[in-house]
Amino acid sequence: MASYIIRRILIGIPTILALVVFSYLLIVVAPGSPFAGERPLPPDVLANIEARYGLDRPLAEQIASYVWRIVMDFDFGPSFAYQDRTVTDIVLQGFPVTLTYGFLAFLVSVLVGVTLGIVAAIRKNTWLDYLAVGISIGAQALPNFVMAPILVLVFTLWLGVLPGGGWQGGQLPYLVMPVIALSTSFMASIARITRSSMLEVLNADFILTARAMGLGFGRIIFSHALKPAMLPVVSYLGPTFVGMITGSVVIDMYFSTGGIGQFFVNAAINRDYPLIMGITILTGCLTVTFNLVVDVLYAWIDPRIRY
Amino acid sequence: MIFSVQARVDTASKVDPSDGRSLWQDSRTRFLRNHAAIGSAVLLLLICLYALLAPVASGWSGEAIDWNVLGDVQSKGRPSMETGHLFGTDELGRDIFVRTAMGTRVSLMVGVFGALVAVIVGTFYGAVSGYIGGVTDSVMMRIVDILMSIPFMFVLILLLMVFGRSVILLFVGIGLVSWLDMARIVRGQTLSLKQAEFVEHAVVTGISPLMIIGRHIIPNLLGVVVVYATLLVPNMILYESFISFLGLGVQEPNTSLGALINSGASQMQYGTLWQIGFPLFFFISTLLGFFFVGDGLRDALDPRDDQ
Amino acid sequence: MYCLPPHIVLSFLAVCMVVGIPAETLQAGSFHPETGEELSDNRTFSYRMLDEFPTLDPQLNQDSEGFDVIRDLFEGLYNQGETGNLVPGVAERHVISNANRTYTFHLREMAKWSNGDPLTAFDFVYAWRRAVDPATASPYAWYVGLSMISNASKIIAGEKPPTELGVTAVDDYTLEVHLKQPLPYFPEMTTYATFFPTHRATIEKYGIAWTRPENIVSNGAYILTEHVPKEYHTRERNPYYWNNNATFMEKVTGKVVNDENLALTRYLAGELDMTGVPSGQYPNLVADYPDEAKSVPILCSYYFAINHTDSAHPALGDQRVRKALSYAIDRDVIVQSVLKGGQYPAYSFTHWATAGFRMPEIDYMKLSQADRDSIAKSLMHEAGYGKENDLKFTFIYNTSEAHKLIATVVAQMWKQKLGIEIELVNYEWKTYLDIRSTQQFDLARAGWCGDYNEASTFLDIMTTGNTINSGRFSNAEVDLLMQEAKKQADPQSHYSEVETILADEMAIIPVYHYASAFMLKPDVKGWPYDNVQKQWYSKDLYRVKEM
Repeated sequence: MASYIIRRILIGIPTILALVVFSYLLIVVAPGSPFAGERPLPPDVLANIEARYGLDRPLAEQIASYVWRIVMDFDFGPSFAYQDRTVTDIVLQGFPVTLTYGFLAFLVSVLVGVTLGIVAAIRKNTWLDYLAVGISIGAQALPNFVMAPILVLVFTLWLGVLPGGGWQGGQLPYLVMPVIALSTSFMASIARITRSSMLEVLNADFILTARAMGLGFGRIIFSHALKPAMLPVVSYLGPTFVGMITGSVVIDMYFSTGGIGQFFVNAAINRDYPLIMGITILTGCLTVTFNLVVDVLYAWIDPRIRY
Repeated sequence: MIFSVQARVDTASKVDPSDGRSLWQDSRTRFLRNHAAIGSAVLLLLICLYALLAPVASGWSGEAIDWNVLGDVQSKGRPSMETGHLFGTDELGRDIFVRTAMGTRVSLMVGVFGALVAVIVGTFYGAVSGYIGGVTDSVMMRIVDILMSIPFMFVLILLLMVFGRSVILLFVGIGLVSWLDMARIVRGQTLSLKQAEFVEHAVVTGISPLMIIGRHIIPNLLGVVVVYATLLVPNMILYESFISFLGLGVQEPNTSLGALINSGASQMQYGTLWQIGFPLFFFISTLLGFFFVGDGLRDALDPRDDQ
Repeated sequence: MYCLPPHIVLSFLAVCMVVGIPAETLQAGSFHPETGEELSDNRTFSYRMLDEFPTLDPQLNQDSEGFDVIRDLFEGLYNQGETGNLVPGVAERHVISNANRTYTFHLREMAKWSNGDPLTAFDFVYAWRRAVDPATASPYAWYVGLSMISNASKIIAGEKPPTELGVTAVDDYTLEVHLKQPLPYFPEMTTYATFFPTHRATIEKYGIAWTRPENIVSNGAYILTEHVPKEYHTRERNPYYWNNNATFMEKVTGKVVNDENLALTRYLAGELDMTGVPSGQYPNLVADYPDEAKSVPILCSYYFAINHTDSAHPALGDQRVRKALSYAIDRDVIVQSVLKGGQYPAYSFTHWATAGFRMPEIDYMKLSQADRDSIAKSLMHEAGYGKENDLKFTFIYNTSEAHKLIATVVAQMWKQKLGIEIELVNYEWKTYLDIRSTQQFDLARAGWCGDYNEASTFLDIMTTGNTINSGRFSNAEVDLLMQEAKKQADPQSHYSEVETILADEMAIIPVYHYASAFMLKPDVKGWPYDNVQKQWYSKDLYRVKEM
């Protein structure tokens, strides 16, 4: 197991490096200059700016020095678009925000999703099952860019109980709507996965045996069926996590939370090379880590899996 | 926005390939008995008919502006038989009945072709990797691992900015994001198929590996692939709606369901609910249809669920 | 909360008194000294920002939302008044000498930095040199070049050191500026951020982090107290500001809300005191909130650039085709049915509200749309293109809801009236600029906002070689007229002539002149509605008690 983890980490390093080179090339060949505007800059002014950011040097040198500065000084460079900040400043400010509401949304979707799924599986083909399935499919199909403005209309304008946006360091009232808007579609998928895998497990021989032995139904569910039924759910957590980061684009845009998702989209629009790179590297590292965690978790739940 | 289909397909994949015919018959019977799946298949068919025929049936074209309505959409643009705008008009006085059909067509196309790209690439890659085995297999699978660590949504956003926006790139880009799971599943299947007698027989008679993959392996994977593809389509449609939300979707005057919902959502607080209602109805119906058909196919192909 | 450490909130009053806020500004029930209106106890103001501003560094700024904040935090030699007129800022007055090429500004001795340091002429010299210094790499350095200060362009090009810039501090309170050639509106140019003073010690100590709330030292009526990028920032009254007694608002908050419709929802829910009106919603909002929905002209023109180079469709080389395109646009439909925000249909380039500018007589302006349409059709016919003409133009615009609406409507007008097919292509902003500046289009959406309130800020664009002139229109007569205009006491006749040539040649297709439609809470007073550049200062705002 330990050697497996080490091997995975080692493979992660070239992965990130390839990601850096690929993304850098992609950004540089993208049409449009980071410094273009409705009024084109005079050549002298542009030359000064490019010299300041080292964009006048050959491409290979730019990439090499970029990687070198990260490795040696952990310096991700200045942001082109936000001149008062470095990429590290922006990530340190935005990432904890995304992490906070992302993690909470993750918790909510797993807890509610698994509960809904189990209830639906136990009460298969009853109105409770249909309700749970109906809710989850509805929630899955309603894009969060529709959900977000509806939430604001209802809770802020009509009921007047929640602030319509902002973060304020993550105070509870500011958290509610982002977490709801982000968690629903994941909750729905988790519910549907849980339901089908629970149904399958409940039909398995060892459960039937347990029932024949007269064990209580609740006990069967929680001490025997739950763990194996969670396997597919666990494998879904990796994509969920990536989805949370992608989904945060919408959340940040509607709720002005100041998270990292919107910084990425704006960085791409502004051609803010260092910021795009910084966020891509961050999410790349997180994805590598999270996939690893999920695989380890998987092995823990299902001892038959060997690496 | 990302749904794991892998976990769910795993259960459908316990297919014994040596016993093809009777299995397919069984499956069909099982599928026909599943009312939700049949109902959904009919629903999808109706949606397709609408998408194809609505532009012909209506007197309006999707891009023509009704100059009488423009400027007072809130009252004159309501759905009505008199004006001929069955579903009302958008904020420019264009007919939503026809535009929703146009959007449904584009979304279905993105969904189907995106899934097709994912399925073709994934099947071929997985089959080759699994069949050849050994070092090739482990290198190919490590590449999949690496690609899985890339935050693809971010890369797709970059790609759309670099190469400009086109429907083709949208298909290919979205498809390429999703072929990785497919490759893994197909590889697993191929590994077990390789042990099957008829494959070993083919090997002994000296047929080339490529022929074996094409003639014997892939046809026997069709069940899994079809199920997976059906479950992928709604994902593709959701991806597209997110891309549209970012303003990187199809070009005007063409449209997609995601684009229609997005512009409808921005107007909903001003009382023009038909602008979001009708596209959203078709969006949710389409997703629902694919979900149920996919579930039905999976159940039908999985003999263990048959009680 | 600038004046107290967070842990002694209870002694708020006492601490603030020590720092020197005049006691009367904290009392309830006071009255406006000039108008006599009873002031509200609520002395806060919050407004919606579309996005995070790129910088708060005055010398680096080129963003209008950033300038809204910088104008409050810093103060230059002069400010803009209610109508855009000059109001003394740090300078009390100035003297012009040396054949209009030397400006001597006399600074007020009361002016201070927010840390108590005296503000001197040397701070201006430091800031202005910093603006042109290649090491600063300011994207707005060209603005100093535009102001004609001697040696500015050479310093930017790296040919002379920044110390050679034509600005000197004669003593602490006298600033002398030397111009390369006379420029009548030089004092007006000093109201822009690039010419604001900056605090040398702070910048040298903190580097790019000097604009953080914990580091920043500024000289305006407000100081920055909180700032969370992409969320909000607050600015609060600066007790060291020389005219602090005349400031009413205690605290101003800018909140980032990307979506305009959501911003309106939050305005209606009471979370914002001001927000823009979403496109197309102005008539409804005026009906529902007559005291709150406003629309005022702002100095921007919306037009379609026509590609005059060889890369364009050859038909666009025909002046009749260009005219037909322009005539066939029903601008009233665009203004009244699509935008609906108080915009003006445009048949000429310069914004109608530009100071000292009289709209010229443009021949097709007075016709009815039916007449224009029939002229357009016959022009196309003359040019050899019938109803079935197979003409297909590419129209590019940058991704945005409003541009999309206009492009779609105009494309339909051209298609239905002239039988011209339009391929609409939208690009996101940076790609769009790339495509447009390399003339890969037939027609392109464009807009221009005046840098200063005078017609040449628009018409100069149409001269040969101007980089903003993305259609590369070139006309020797226009070039000559614009050159001559610079020397005239009253250049109006030159401007009229240029506009007439532009309309005759149909160099560009003017579409509309902007108006800014916004919602403002009815108790907020002091808003400069007549400032066509929309330069508002929080220090001029106040709230009255509601009846």
